[in-house]
Amino acid sequence: MMQIPCPYCGTRDAFEFTWGGQAAVIRPADPQACSDEEWCGYLFIRNNPKGLHHERWCHTYGCGQWLDVWRDTLTHLIEHVGIIGASSAHSEPPA
Amino acid sequence: MAHSILQLARHALSGHRHWPAFWQNAQPRERYDVVIIGGGGHGLATAYYLMRNHGIRRVAVIERGWIGGGNTGRNTAIVRSNYLAAPSIRFYDFSLRLYEGLSRELDYNIMLSQRGVVNLAFSRHQLRLMNRRVNALRHAGVASELLTTAHIRRLLPMLREQSAAGRRLFGGFIQRRGGVVRHDAVAWGYARAANALGVDIIQDCEVTGFQTSHGAVTGVETRRGFIATRRVGLAVAGSSSVLAAKLGLALPITTMALQAMVSEPVKPVLDVVLDGAVYVSQSDRGELVIGGGTDVHTSYAQRSGIQRLEDNMAALIDLFPAFGRLRFMRQWAGLVDLTPDASPILDSSPVNGVCLSCGWGTYGFKAIPAGGVAFAHLLATGTRHAMAHAFSLDRFRSGALIDEGGSSGMDDREALL
Repeated sequence: MMQIPCPYCGTRDAFEFTWGGQAAVIRPADPQACSDEEWCGYLFIRNNPKGLHHERWCHTYGCGQWLDVWRDTLTHLIEHVGIIGASSAHSEPPA
Repeated sequence: MAHSILQLARHALSGHRHWPAFWQNAQPRERYDVVIIGGGGHGLATAYYLMRNHGIRRVAVIERGWIGGGNTGRNTAIVRSNYLAAPSIRFYDFSLRLYEGLSRELDYNIMLSQRGVVNLAFSRHQLRLMNRRVNALRHAGVASELLTTAHIRRLLPMLREQSAAGRRLFGGFIQRRGGVVRHDAVAWGYARAANALGVDIIQDCEVTGFQTSHGAVTGVETRRGFIATRRVGLAVAGSSSVLAAKLGLALPITTMALQAMVSEPVKPVLDVVLDGAVYVSQSDRGELVIGGGTDVHTSYAQRSGIQRLEDNMAALIDLFPAFGRLRFMRQWAGLVDLTPDASPILDSSPVNGVCLSCGWGTYGFKAIPAGGVAFAHLLATGTRHAMAHAFSLDRFRSGALIDEGGSSGMDDREALL
């Protein structure tokens, strides 16, 4: 069973969490001004790596907080869990 | 050689020890007219129709593992065409019609059993949506019927209509032409027929990269050397994003694990296919074959999570309390490539010469014959087949989506985007 170390509650079974997809998806600042390609990218194109993936999880049946998670999609190992904030938009997991 | 009763009798006399191999394992040649990556049902069917319908001579199917070892051998073998949108109904019904003639076409028994696919409604609103689907199907000329609770009682005598949690049966609908197929036989039948026409089937041959020149593909790098070709068909299900990335393409695809499981064999208890949040049918061996939704996060691990397993079991036992006594024998998963609208992509790509057959999500098996015909047409002519015209890559930009979330058992995916 996959477990996620919640920074607020401690390590819990993945049952308690809801997957929230790719992290740091940025909405175009002005949807009226962006191209159809940019809008399509924002709506539909997601990173789908075989390996480390930066994503959001919500501790739904715990503290209810949204978390910043680096997870390996092949091994399901959690590399890093952080609080969403300034550092969560990085393209590499914090050391 | 064609199968016949005489041949069967002759082999029976020699203890079935001398059957010839169904296909020859080929060594990669230097150059092909078309290279199809992915030796599942879609790849093999495409190779077959490229030869049969378009007369293309040098075709190779290259497969990382063994043919039919991916999703073609991992699904729950259900075929049906009870979709909602007109382009989907037309396409999946074309596929079902091809399945109806496939044993004869391939001279290989795919064991099609059209026992009927039943969906159940547990609220007035669900029933209303099913009524809409039945009307859409009839409008498109595909027979389907709304079922009353009395009908369902006759079809599914073991079903519990009302649970302690307050779930109550309101009705349902059936597509009687829907059913199950021996899934391995589809891969083997197409492989045998394609090989007989001259297709090279190359197993254990992983693609490591592509060579391009001026925006056009010139060949495929594999673990067994470089293969020159000007036309490449990608039919690799859950690995679509990984291979597309090697071409610099980002696809609207997320890869997730979809699991299935079988029980110990029992005497006949279920003679229709039950579809829905959990789907179940009984195999010829007597096992219950069960599937459900995909796992709840992206994954490239070809194994299943315990969470969805528990969901599936809970839903099944809620419907059929007696099945709670069964022991389960096997459980496995395949990697599915999900698109945002639960419809496939059958289109050429921005890289010249590379065509995509992907986004088959949880509904790829039933689409194999039609997917093969349409993908062969695309590879041979460079234009989309009339039956698959709506399944363009551009629809995500233009907005012409074909939402089939409700028809592919995926209406419960909350967080795909």
